[in-house]
Amino acid sequence: MPLLFSLLAIPAVGVVVLLLTPGRMTAAVKWISLATATAALGLSLWVFFVYDKAAAGYQLEETYQWLEGIGISFHLAVDGISVPMILLTGIVMFTGVLMSWRVNNRTKDFFVLLLTLVSGVYGVFISLDLFFLFFFYELAVLPMYLLIGVWGSSSRFATFTRTKEYGAMKLVLYLVAGSILIWVALLAVYAQANLGTFDLLALEKVNFGKEFQRLFFPLFLVGFGILAGLWPFHTWSPDGHVAAPTAVSMLHAGVLMKLGAFGILRVGMTLFPEGARDWMPILIVFGTINVVYGAVAAMAQRDLKYVVGYSSVSHMGYVLMGFATLHPLGVNGAVLQMFSHGIMTALLFALVGVVYDRAHTRDITIFEGLAKRMGRTAAFFSVAGLTSLGLPGLSGFVAEFLVFVGTFQTYPLLGILGIIGAAITAVYILRLLSKVFFGPLSPQWERLPDASRIESFAMAVLVFMLVFVGINPRPLMSVIDSSVIKLVQRVIGLT
Amino acid sequence: MNLTLLIPEFLLAGLGFLVLGADLFLPRDKKHLLAYGSAAALAAIAISSLYLLGKQESLFSGVVLIDGYSLFFKLFFLLLGILVLLASVDYVKAYLSYAGEFYGLIIFSVLAMILMVAAGELLSAYIALELLSFSLYVLASYARHDPKSNEAGVKYILIGAFSTGILLYGLSLIYGSIGTTFYHGIAQAIQAGKAANPGFVAGLILVIAGLGFKVAAVPFHMWAPDVYEGAPVPVTAYLSVASKAASFAWLLRLFVEAFSPAFQDWRPVIIALAALSMTVGNLVAIHQRNIKRLLAYSSIGQAGYILTGIAALSPLNASFASTAVIFHVIGYAITNLTAFACIIAYYNLTGKDEIPDYDGLAMRNPFIAFVLAIALFSAAGLPIFVGFTTKFYLFTAAAKDGLLWLAALAIVNSVISLYYYLVVIRHVYISSPKEEGRLHLPRVMSLELGVLTSAIVLLGVYPGPLVRLITAATGVLFS
Repeated sequence: MPLLFSLLAIPAVGVVVLLLTPGRMTAAVKWISLATATAALGLSLWVFFVYDKAAAGYQLEETYQWLEGIGISFHLAVDGISVPMILLTGIVMFTGVLMSWRVNNRTKDFFVLLLTLVSGVYGVFISLDLFFLFFFYELAVLPMYLLIGVWGSSSRFATFTRTKEYGAMKLVLYLVAGSILIWVALLAVYAQANLGTFDLLALEKVNFGKEFQRLFFPLFLVGFGILAGLWPFHTWSPDGHVAAPTAVSMLHAGVLMKLGAFGILRVGMTLFPEGARDWMPILIVFGTINVVYGAVAAMAQRDLKYVVGYSSVSHMGYVLMGFATLHPLGVNGAVLQMFSHGIMTALLFALVGVVYDRAHTRDITIFEGLAKRMGRTAAFFSVAGLTSLGLPGLSGFVAEFLVFVGTFQTYPLLGILGIIGAAITAVYILRLLSKVFFGPLSPQWERLPDASRIESFAMAVLVFMLVFVGINPRPLMSVIDSSVIKLVQRVIGLT
Repeated sequence: MNLTLLIPEFLLAGLGFLVLGADLFLPRDKKHLLAYGSAAALAAIAISSLYLLGKQESLFSGVVLIDGYSLFFKLFFLLLGILVLLASVDYVKAYLSYAGEFYGLIIFSVLAMILMVAAGELLSAYIALELLSFSLYVLASYARHDPKSNEAGVKYILIGAFSTGILLYGLSLIYGSIGTTFYHGIAQAIQAGKAANPGFVAGLILVIAGLGFKVAAVPFHMWAPDVYEGAPVPVTAYLSVASKAASFAWLLRLFVEAFSPAFQDWRPVIIALAALSMTVGNLVAIHQRNIKRLLAYSSIGQAGYILTGIAALSPLNASFASTAVIFHVIGYAITNLTAFACIIAYYNLTGKDEIPDYDGLAMRNPFIAFVLAIALFSAAGLPIFVGFTTKFYLFTAAAKDGLLWLAALAIVNSVISLYYYLVVIRHVYISSPKEEGRLHLPRVMSLELGVLTSAIVLLGVYPGPLVRLITAATGVLFS
């Protein structure tokens, strides 16, 4: 069975079925979406288990002819870096659909766009043809404007207002601005290689020459980096994620930001190893700024969702730092951080969604002692928060620890700054927990209901992943390691 | 000489006159039968002209070329004709008098486009272009009691006549300097070194300027927004889609078959037009409030993208680039026709065409909103729609020919266009409706929108067969 093709086809079929379902049958729409998400999750798990760690390299290859004249084929495969990402997508999508159970406004349109988004995400992770990688990358951007604009929420305070339309437009324009750079670099690669193909496996054998690599690597780095929240191009991320509806924030911060990081590895570093080597000392500085700046900005927020948004920026900084070390441990940690942060941030956005849905505000200053009324929510929030600040035994610790070890081997000074960033994270997370959830209950929140059963189940799945990976990272790490080693060796020039 | 090769053209001319004649005998409330009948007849002509498949001959000692390229565009223009006829029925019924002549003129203009692309020589192409232009002048001013339509007609005919004059002067200079009007003769003369005189170069530049008017390339674009806005909507659709596609199809044949040896002379001019058109078109589009004007400027931008492909026609890259150009022209035509079909449908239902009038369309008629969004996403060049695939192909052709910077400019412009399309989509999907009540779309229009949308998606994800056809069709230009 063409496993990877099915992975793409399932959300696509879901979209078609939904389009044919009458919009007023909202229950049917939700069940179809859940069935699609479940099937996709099942298939993602399957891919995870059939991936052969010992063999490493690209596996489950499928090739379909598409446009011979220009040299585009529909070439699919996975390696140890994309497999965890596929699993992440499956999990976040599944929980995202559950978290959207209360969407009752234009339900059908919502799920159509959500599933479209997911097929784009899967596509990026499994495409080996650069045309299709870019095709799916753009496809993942397409539904965002509507998803945020129609179902999102604005952030309004006396001193600070951001409408959802603003967030939506900003997010889309930043991301397509990144696409410009990627597209131009792809065309340059195609013309320079002059092989008449967009196939990554053929192009990675080409030696592009030092000058060319130096010139065009930054296009990939910044182009994909924008989606990964690279400072100073990160500003779309808090605004966009805050404005988005819960499931979209979960998917976008949880999975889509990883597309950017993944693109840097899969396209930038693979094609331009020498260019990558030259630019990494600069990336590590920017990555460190990401970590520290994101954490400091998160401290200053009044809107609960903005805290999570900036903490995302901060945590993606570890991913970029890990890449920039070009040390096997650092890069391994970065890829694990992509997975761990994906789950964690999805959980955080889900929790913020639950609170906002019940309280109709996200103003931190007026929340007090919610744990008394929202016990489950508070418990989940504590786990997510502790993962975020890197408590041992949870997935974030393993990932960040590896990144720090890698950084200390290569750039000790910046490693210290990174740890300071983690310390600031602890400050804002603990302060947030104590202010919002613990302490005496404010009478205003006497009647606040807790997360529903469906929501609790979804969030429990995410918590389980955080704990499982935290205690036993081996299954995931061994998959990641199988491909990271090769990539690192390629970039530092050992092969 | 085998006149049977011209049967489709004769049939088409006959059909035009037949429609004019039948119009006299049909009562006013039955005039829509003319459109349906003509559409059916065009379909029959399209099918019957398949007997030309594989033929490669010339008539009247090379004045008319019957080859794969002509046949491809013959079928394409007939298809566009059918779609435009069907899309205009309700509009004509509601807003225009003299339906018969309206449909008749569309049929004549289809004939003109077909002949223009099939011409193997400058003067016959010019005559075909005039037949096309005159049909369009009349059509643009068809809403007799609407001052805007009158203004559009007058502007169009004045500027059209002016640009035709320039074109004709250019053609005469070319003839004067090398002594032939046949494409292959021109190519031979250039290769033989006869073109190395200022007369020829001046002629070439005037021809490019004249064509620049026809395809609305900056700085020859001034007429387009006013004419697009003032003309009856179906005519605007027809102008922006069919007439532009035909002009580019002719332009490609002309530049490949006749002027390609002088590539170095005209390339910089085309590059300048391309860069200007896409930048000006897209930047000015941002400020538009009227959806027809918005699409007018966006199609000026589109002309810039297509010219990027024309600029990549250097001998080594020409076959690749011409496939890319035609692929994009087809994709553009389908996309724009879809967008205009939505505008026509909405105008028929509400009589409005300002962008803020589209507020909450998604609530009042989700289907039109959905189709319009897909058309605009396709025009902006987002996957899974045809606009993405064709743009990717086109810009790759440019990059391959050493024009990476121009491709990059085009990509930047695509993103600018995404911004103003998103503004429309915001009105359609996010703003709440100003008026209540659902809008009901007539069945024919629903069907047409459905077919066009499927084409946009299908060609976006599975372009292989069409691209192979185009490669075969453009292949004859190089034989």
